[in-house]
Amino acid sequence: MATESNLAHDEAPDPGKRDFLYVATAAVGVVAVGGVAWPIINQMNPDASVLALASVEYDMGKIETGSAVTIKWRGTPVFVRNRTQKEIDEARAVPMDQLKDPEKDEDRVQKGHDNWLVMVALCTHLGCIPVGESGEFGGWLCPCHGSQYDTSGRIRKGPAPKNLIVPPYKFLTDTKIQIG
Amino acid sequence: MSSHETSKYVPTHPVAKWFEDRLPLIGFTKSTLIDYPTPKNLNYWWTFGGILAFMLGVQIVTGIVLAMHYTPNAALAFDSVELIKRDVNGGRLIQAVHATGASMFFFAVYVHIFRGLYFGSYKAPREILWILGVIIYLLMMATAFFGYVLPWGQMSFWAAAVITNIFAAIPVIGDPILQLLRGGFAVDNPTLNRFFSLHYLLPFIIAAVVVLHIWALHVPGNNNPIGVEVKEKRDTVPFHPFYTMKDLFAVVVFCIPFAWFAFFAPDILGHSDNYIMANPLVTPPHIVPEWYFLPFYAILRAIDFNFIIDSKLLGVIFFGGSILILFFVPWLDTSKVRSGTFRPAFKWFYWLFVVNFLLLMWYGAQEPALQIIGPFTVADVSKLSVVYYFAYFIVILPLLGRFEKPRPLPNSISESVLSKPAAATT
Repeated sequence: MATESNLAHDEAPDPGKRDFLYVATAAVGVVAVGGVAWPIINQMNPDASVLALASVEYDMGKIETGSAVTIKWRGTPVFVRNRTQKEIDEARAVPMDQLKDPEKDEDRVQKGHDNWLVMVALCTHLGCIPVGESGEFGGWLCPCHGSQYDTSGRIRKGPAPKNLIVPPYKFLTDTKIQIG
Repeated sequence: MSSHETSKYVPTHPVAKWFEDRLPLIGFTKSTLIDYPTPKNLNYWWTFGGILAFMLGVQIVTGIVLAMHYTPNAALAFDSVELIKRDVNGGRLIQAVHATGASMFFFAVYVHIFRGLYFGSYKAPREILWILGVIIYLLMMATAFFGYVLPWGQMSFWAAAVITNIFAAIPVIGDPILQLLRGGFAVDNPTLNRFFSLHYLLPFIIAAVVVLHIWALHVPGNNNPIGVEVKEKRDTVPFHPFYTMKDLFAVVVFCIPFAWFAFFAPDILGHSDNYIMANPLVTPPHIVPEWYFLPFYAILRAIDFNFIIDSKLLGVIFFGGSILILFFVPWLDTSKVRSGTFRPAFKWFYWLFVVNFLLLMWYGAQEPALQIIGPFTVADVSKLSVVYYFAYFIVILPLLGRFEKPRPLPNSISESVLSKPAAATT
């Protein structure tokens, strides 16, 4: 309210000061809206019960050479395959320049456990579960968009960009592993 | 347009006058739905707007009813849909109308979009009208996808897994976004819950955008088969009864195949795998989306090679681009002539585009390794279709406007109707 005494006090109202007040008010408003919006968005993130499922142990003693099992870790399937010597040799004979995502077979298994291949069983394209022992490379074939993986789970053909992911795991005994 | 201000509503009854002075709703309804001057030469392709409004109503009504019986919980959802079909009074039919209604809705929207593409309905001054239409189409896709997940069968689950995974292709922030969308490391109960919530919300957002779409239609008025603007009052007829009746007749005809699907073949467009409850440890051997997403699915799948960026992100860019490019059509088409009827070269490219779209739809349903021409597989030849799909918008439409010599346009709608030129046959 511009009373006469006010005007007398400072003859022309300072436009810089007024603009500052507008900008400051708007800035506080934006922060407030953001502060309210964030919990509304964040509630969609994985909740405590989902995050609690961190690691899983598995005894691989019953997996015969040349067969595989699928186990569940954090809601996603994981392949554990006991590879034959032929499969290992095939995987190691592939030249690096033939690979879309070059990675040595030796780096995808743990030293001394070269027959055990442990991988997240989700195609790196759009997350379907590939079918084992199929495709042109004797490894995995994804039924969704036709990606093909070799006996080391490396991408060889199709739209997937990466090799099947090796999750963090360690050997507790010779046949028992802990994933996660 | 001056012709739009015809016939002002003058209430005669004192109650109507009292009401109209406070809220001019009757006058607004009369001028927009009854007296609205509409070009008198609209053909049956123009009835699909009315059909779409009807379908939105059908889906909302059946959907609200289904939500009274459905349970959005990963352990119970699958059974609750079966219970709707078997136990709920009339549930078998209500569920079938809703499920096959999605297909009928998409069929109608494709006719509506392709009609716009042929008759140049996106050209000035109707760009906003067109853009709102593309937004509605995107919202329809999202709604259909969320709805497809709700029965929680194998196809539902893996559709949810694959489609949410598309966001993981975004560099750096892809994985956090993926977890945010799913509410976990994999598709699970939280995902189902939020999809149900969004599936209930989006139709009402669609309805709101439809209101804007109709508003944007009523500002410039309808396009028409010859693409020449309304010039005088005798070029138009009032919307009611001429087009209310024509649209109603079209809706009745449209309901014949709709009823056939709902009554006799409710599952013919679905996949038998969706009668197996969702199992996160097994992917069905042959996974394909619903027919109305197949062309875009084929585009996504055709990009199986790295080019500067990896194939996954590249595929997603093409997939998204194939729909987003529709937003730019009003500016990509440089021809001054709206209607394809008067564009001799455009017609060929247009119909090739339609055939190409259907071909992509067919490719999307096939195994990528299937050999179709000699040693060439679906994955190989579908790349040609992807090239034509984009070339149509990015190369052909901009160049045609420059090099094509259009046929002479009639002076007015009335002239074209009265002289019955050969132009009417396309």
